[in-house]
Amino acid sequence: MDLQYFIELLFGGLTRGSIYALIALGYTLVYGIIGLINFAHGEIYMVGAFTALLVAGWLGYIGFPAGGILLVAALAAVAWTAAYGFTLEKVAYKPLRSAPRLSPLISAIGMSIFLQNYVLLAQTSDFVPFPDLVPEMPFLASLGDVMGPTDFLILVVSCTTMLVLVFWIRYTRTGKAMRATAQNRKMAMLLGINADSLISVTFIVGSALAALGGVLIASHMGQINFNIGFLAGMKAFTAAVLGGIGSVPGAVVGGLVLGIAESMTTGYLSGNYEDVLSFCLLILILIFRPDGILGKKQVQKV
Amino acid sequence: MKRFAICAAALVAAVALACPAQAKDTIKIGVPGAHTGGLASYGMPTLNAAKIVSEKVNASGGVLGMKIQLLAEDDQCKNDLASNAATKLISEDADVVMGHICSGPTKVALPYYNKEHIILMSPTATTPSLTAAGVNPMFFRTVAKDDAQAALTSKFILESLKSKKIAYVHDNDEYGKGFADGNKDILEKAGVETVLYEAVTPDAVDFSAISRKLRHAKPDVIVFGGYKDLAGKLIKQFRREKVNCPVVGPDGVKDQAILELGAAAENVYCSYPKDTSTLPLFKEAREAHVKQFGSEPGFGYYNAYAAMLALIHGIEKAGSTDTAKIIEVLHNDPVDTPIGSLTFNANGDAAGMGLSIYTVKDGKFVETEFNITLK
Repeated sequence: MDLQYFIELLFGGLTRGSIYALIALGYTLVYGIIGLINFAHGEIYMVGAFTALLVAGWLGYIGFPAGGILLVAALAAVAWTAAYGFTLEKVAYKPLRSAPRLSPLISAIGMSIFLQNYVLLAQTSDFVPFPDLVPEMPFLASLGDVMGPTDFLILVVSCTTMLVLVFWIRYTRTGKAMRATAQNRKMAMLLGINADSLISVTFIVGSALAALGGVLIASHMGQINFNIGFLAGMKAFTAAVLGGIGSVPGAVVGGLVLGIAESMTTGYLSGNYEDVLSFCLLILILIFRPDGILGKKQVQKV
Repeated sequence: MKRFAICAAALVAAVALACPAQAKDTIKIGVPGAHTGGLASYGMPTLNAAKIVSEKVNASGGVLGMKIQLLAEDDQCKNDLASNAATKLISEDADVVMGHICSGPTKVALPYYNKEHIILMSPTATTPSLTAAGVNPMFFRTVAKDDAQAALTSKFILESLKSKKIAYVHDNDEYGKGFADGNKDILEKAGVETVLYEAVTPDAVDFSAISRKLRHAKPDVIVFGGYKDLAGKLIKQFRREKVNCPVVGPDGVKDQAILELGAAAENVYCSYPKDTSTLPLFKEAREAHVKQFGSEPGFGYYNAYAAMLALIHGIEKAGSTDTAKIIEVLHNDPVDTPIGSLTFNANGDAAGMGLSIYTVKDGKFVETEFNITLK
């Protein structure tokens, strides 16, 4: 087959996949620590995109130099959205920590609905245009068909972030404490680790990653509305399960596999089957590897 | 307990007495549509039109000496809410109904009104099957149906753009797919090659795969079926991926969302009702909106204004709210509206309005010379 076309689709899939991966990391980190599927995570991603939009609009208005707007807006979105994540955990999950497992799940769905409607009321129901903030990158001209400036930015930023995250979890004190808490919270607490603050840190990191994904996708697509978190969150959740929920490299692999599979489906079959095939893939992988691609075998504690 | 029963009986009696008295001094027009939610921008302008027309008519004495009362029902353009809205309007004794807004919900709600012999006139529902011959005698619309739009756009593609290879992209929704299929049928019969026919997921996080597929298929023109939001996102990504051929879409594409794309919006064409802004009624309708709401009217406003006028005209000429008599008037007696002088053909489609091709020039939609008049 046409190699050029294949490479174009591959990179298209990588771009899409690395966004899935960024969001999936939030699901996987939270699940790893407290065993909860944070269904409001897609909405956190949406809040990130909106924060960046508002900050970028304001910076543009006061005449901030164009090149710096994206950076400042992204940082502001990350900080503000991290605060949302922190608050979300304190309000919706912490009071339910010793409740049965289903209660925080319902609380998560409630938060998701709340955040969506909050943005709908506070902002608008319409799609709003997101400004073009990504600078032209002349050195990409030769790669123009494979990668545009936004694709390049998405790949570079998400790869860097994910590498930093992996090293942070593996080598820093907080990272080690986090892994310890994930393995056995009670034992970690006995050894003097403050589990509450670690859980907060997890939510902050997860939300910051989602915000980053939100900003990147918003500048890639050029339009956002209050509902963009739903499908993105759903796909990222799929990616997290695909890779093995609770595993950090798993979320990355799951995101990329899902993104590339979707891109190839559209490219070689039809866009009609994009979602169908990605969920078929999920079912197949779960049949043969119930814990996901990189997930560890666990004994079910029911 | 006994006292409660007496109270309840008294209440029932009071209601039973109150009802017939009330029904005689008002004409109730139901206005169901998307008033909240993601598609509220399609529904609110039509509600505004209903308010303006009814206030105007009421101020000059009402219809047949009766005041118009609007019954607004929100269906958010969702099928399940649409059937609730229809049931509610019927229970509130609506005489005629101006709505629904989206095609899907209109289709769902229609059987309810049919059963009660209530006239439904939609200002914006464009799915062809709604006015298929003899199916819904109580349904009318003041908007061109999708195949009328497709008749215009396919003619435009053949005669003006002279394209040989066409790609079709739609959102798998009744409106979008209907438009794409309508064009495909006509163009394939005329011997034009289809190089791509694809549906996309409107909420997807990126459209690079479909854009790259299009770039390799090398169409002369892309026929797009769908609403403005998807159109904005897709066209932006198409242009970035160097897919620069003309994009032809239905009337849902003619929106600010497209103009905000800037240079990427060049070479976008869509069908839209012919410009009637020189008609006195049009000016009146526009001024009333600007005065009351402080902004330019939105999507479907003039169609809804026309639908309100047609319904009121029908009731007035029929001399009652008798459904059969109103239908008789709608079929035969032309009514002046902001979108032209309208009658309704046997299937319920408005005859007498024109459709033109519009394109984007210097950040604005402009009408081209290319148009047809509906019969």
